[in-house]
Amino acid sequence: MSGGVDSAVAAARARDAGHDVTGVHLALARNPQTFRTGARGCCTLEDSRDARRAADVIGIPFYVWDMAEEFHDSVVDDFVNEYAAGRTPNPCLRCNEKIKFTAVLDRAVALGFDAVVTGHHARLGADGLLRRSVDLPKDQSYVLAVLTREQLDRSIFPLGDSTKEQVRAEAAARGLAVADKPDSHDICFIADGDTRGFLESRLGAAPGDIVDGRTGETLGRHNGAYGFTIGQRKGLDLRVPAEDGRPRYVLSITPVSNTVTVGPREDLEVDVVSATRPIWHSASLAEDCDVQLRAHGEVVAASVSVTADALVATLRSPARGVAAGQAIVAYRPDPAGDIVLGSATITAGTRAASHA
Amino acid sequence: MAYLDHAATTPMLPAALDAYVAAARELGNPSSLHAAGRGARRLVEESRERLAAALGARPSEVVFTSGGTEADNLAAKGIFWARRDADPRKRRVVASAVEHHAVLDAVDWLERHEGAEATLQPVDGAGRVDPEALAELVRAHGDEIAVVSVQWANNEVGTVQPVAALAAVAAAEGVPFHTDAVQAVGQVPVDFAASGAAALTLTGHKVGGPVGVGALLLGRDVPCTPLLHGGGQERDVRSGTLDTPGVVAFATAVEAAVTGRQERAERVAALRDDLVGRVRAAVPDAILNGSPVDRLPGNAHFSFPGCEGDALLLLLDAQGVYCSTGSACSAGVAQPSHVLLAMGADDGRARSSLRFTLGHDSTKADVDALLGALPGAVERARRAGAWKTPR
Repeated sequence: MSGGVDSAVAAARARDAGHDVTGVHLALARNPQTFRTGARGCCTLEDSRDARRAADVIGIPFYVWDMAEEFHDSVVDDFVNEYAAGRTPNPCLRCNEKIKFTAVLDRAVALGFDAVVTGHHARLGADGLLRRSVDLPKDQSYVLAVLTREQLDRSIFPLGDSTKEQVRAEAAARGLAVADKPDSHDICFIADGDTRGFLESRLGAAPGDIVDGRTGETLGRHNGAYGFTIGQRKGLDLRVPAEDGRPRYVLSITPVSNTVTVGPREDLEVDVVSATRPIWHSASLAEDCDVQLRAHGEVVAASVSVTADALVATLRSPARGVAAGQAIVAYRPDPAGDIVLGSATITAGTRAASHA
Repeated sequence: MAYLDHAATTPMLPAALDAYVAAARELGNPSSLHAAGRGARRLVEESRERLAAALGARPSEVVFTSGGTEADNLAAKGIFWARRDADPRKRRVVASAVEHHAVLDAVDWLERHEGAEATLQPVDGAGRVDPEALAELVRAHGDEIAVVSVQWANNEVGTVQPVAALAAVAAAEGVPFHTDAVQAVGQVPVDFAASGAAALTLTGHKVGGPVGVGALLLGRDVPCTPLLHGGGQERDVRSGTLDTPGVVAFATAVEAAVTGRQERAERVAALRDDLVGRVRAAVPDAILNGSPVDRLPGNAHFSFPGCEGDALLLLLDAQGVYCSTGSACSAGVAQPSHVLLAMGADDGRARSSLRFTLGHDSTKADVDALLGALPGAVERARRAGAWKTPR
């Protein structure tokens, strides 16, 4: 129970469904003061109090579990290391993978619980299939697609059939004070939202070149390649305009040479996405399906093939801004909610030779 | 339901509750000069006399407060301020390393904001301060020490300090000795005059009185600067309208707790000894923390190797058995106990500890309920503890 409206209503629904429910709030800040400055962080003292009050109103026991070390090791350090390696991590996905559905679930099962209930917006019904929420703009199946079959079998997502609006209305009807609490959007451990500043404070300044992807010409300097994401346009601060005057985008980040390569928008386009560490739920190892390449990103039709340690997607139409470190999630379109077939961690996006 | 957390708070005694309700029906501010005020004043002063008589103090030495935390803060800060102001060399504050946070954090604040120099006296493996070590410190630095504070009995592991010996070594050098006796009153004999202490903290809700009222017993000749300024109701050392019903119920509870102490302590200690023996039989590697001898009658405190205290607490709570990890919480997160760490325990042992405290209404059924739930809880908590180990 984060202290937000979703997990509060999820807990209430699980209790109403007849489960013996215990509320758990995760304390994720190693130093209780460090992450607690922002009102919107996921682990502020206020959020802990809000979660406790919700548990009181629902009528379930409530505890705070200290997962600070695990969170720091598995999520925060991973976040910094991934950026340092030129990749773009998704810390919410990592937190689901390593904390909520591993550390919390393992501990809960050892203590005698059967499952973890969360307020994620995704559907997981009796058929065991993970599907998108009915509320597509709030759908969180993308950050849950990393879960294995065993993890899904011990997960309950009571909110997937409801819109956020319905969840808020239900919270109000249940007398939960968090009914109109604002949604959290930012990375919870970067309270001020300044990701680049956060990375700089941990990785230090590392000046390097910004080079033109086509000519190899040095166009400018940067203060740390980790501060850039594939597809980024703003903040390049290039003094030399492109010959055709069009904007330039970050095409790639090369940590070894500490260079950021830029070029025109069309050079961002890829139609083959390679990925590693696949989690695959479909019986068929080759699927024509939809893929999503970042959280809340567009969906592209693709043909996907999977092996034990790799996934390759050939896109029907090119996608832009495909960043290593993000997840590729495969969906089978379905009228009852698109079904998650599996996911993997993107290693590269390339242009098929025929297009070059 | 088995309530094994009497050191956190204990049920109000029926007599104290009745006294509270009766007094709360009466109108009057004890500081008012009319008949209603005089009526309230009479209730307060009679309570002061009863409380003083029960604790070997003079009525004028009783300063009513809002509870133990305020009394500890008043003693540590108030005596420090008064003695430093009289002699700028007296900047040192001595406290044991196992004090309650109401003392430790007050001392820490004095160090950070008032230029105090804090000296934390170490304890032995049972949690005891050595009077000879304190004597050496006081002999060497007596003219710099503003105040010494050592608790009468520890709130976590129940260790009873050699208070009279400690107070004597402080008094020998003219240093005021304060003792936090919140856990001791009603459990072990507490006589303010005989103890030689200059100041003593107690609180209502640990002895069967209400929460929100306590007292500092403060010798008439002990200088003390107020924390709270205002009407000067309590000897000009403490301001605030006196809580007449709270004071009446508090005195009623203290009187009852002290009067029936020996008989109750023997009964509770026998129950506690039964609990300790049965826990050891059920969980052979459980470690009893604290002193086997100089111990509060209601206290049993164990480390359960391989378990997290908060996991055990959750599992026992689900079985209707209420106990405590005994340590301070930060945003609900259990911190390793500073008391156990000071006693030489490592972080793991400190985190694996659980406190069971019995009180005036405890019965064998409570112990039976604990032993019914504990073996299964320990087994599960051990499995749950394994996830913390590196994989």
